[in-house]
Amino acid sequence: MELVVFEKQNAAILKIVGDVDLYSSPQVRKKILALMKKKTENLLVDLDGVSYMDSSGVATLVEALQLMKKRRGKLKLFNLRPAIRDVFELSRLDKVFDICEDENQAMAAISEG
Amino acid sequence: MTTSKQPIIDIQDLVTYYGSRKVLDGINLKIFPGETLTILGRSGCGKSTLLRHIIGLSKPTGGRIFIKAQDITTLSEEDMLPIRRKIGMLFQGGALFNSMTVGDNVALPLREHTELEDSTIKIMTRMKLDQVGLAGFEDFLPSQLSGGMKKRAALARAIAMDPDILFCDEPSAGLDPIVAVGIDNLILKLKKAFRMTIVIVTHELESVYLIADRVALLDEGKIIALGTVDELKNSDNPKVQQFFRRIPDPEKIDKDSYLKSLIGETDE
Repeated sequence: MELVVFEKQNAAILKIVGDVDLYSSPQVRKKILALMKKKTENLLVDLDGVSYMDSSGVATLVEALQLMKKRRGKLKLFNLRPAIRDVFELSRLDKVFDICEDENQAMAAISEG
Repeated sequence: MTTSKQPIIDIQDLVTYYGSRKVLDGINLKIFPGETLTILGRSGCGKSTLLRHIIGLSKPTGGRIFIKAQDITTLSEEDMLPIRRKIGMLFQGGALFNSMTVGDNVALPLREHTELEDSTIKIMTRMKLDQVGLAGFEDFLPSQLSGGMKKRAALARAIAMDPDILFCDEPSAGLDPIVAVGIDNLILKLKKAFRMTIVIVTHELESVYLIADRVALLDEGKIIALGTVDELKNSDNPKVQQFFRRIPDPEKIDKDSYLKSLIGETDE
């Protein structure tokens, strides 16, 4: 799995490429915690490169959402493949996360509120 | 179920003895990804023994068992671990640890087999409990739950590691019919949601009608019929008909030996 971060305006975009499972989720968590330390204002997660995500991956993103909410920042997910969208819907977490179509929509969503 | 797919489980010529008694007698069975297969049969026909062999808890006398193309009959305990991590098992009695809370029971495989942080494990545990309809019960002890709730908790533990294959040994045994159908529906929901391959050992016909894609009917250690419920219902095999029509065995009494057993004499 590969994790790439780049900054855009007032947000950090975390691009995940590869499977997010019991063994790779800790890496995602570590990267998100590092972004929190850098006082990232808003976090956008690009899941276009993810074809498989298990519950540990979803739980890691729930943790990220909790951390962002504590600091009144925003977290948006975008570019979810249908299989990944299913994972969120089945856990009813599509109601908890803001899921956007693409990066533009996610960027617009953080400025909207 | 299509046979163009590679089987996720492939059992070939499986034979097992307990002492001099042949318990499994040349079992051949292919189970395909995403299907729900029930292993059906009378008490003592070898169902649970077959299940124990498929999950690698018992070694057969002969034959081979492939899981994801790996022959598990030749694997060491250590080499079996990666396969076992992707297998969920719902034991007949639930097998929850009574001294641990429901949440700790569900978290146990994650704490034992992964390097995940406890904060992540706790969220996963709550997600799994929510999926089995036990949200909010994580701090309860198993003794504080009803029989059906214990089964649900055990199911949450069985799916904690997101298994590819879920094995259930008599999931509705000892439950009243309404609770039992609730467990069956839950298994159906999980199957649909997570596209798991599910293997269920049972002798409950109602369960079979509800959840099975295919049924393997076991009798005296052999698979005597394999197919969909409809195929088996229409089978010409008298033993299959006896099972599906719930016809009791004819009473066989040998007058002399019955009398001898009553008066305490034994056959020479």
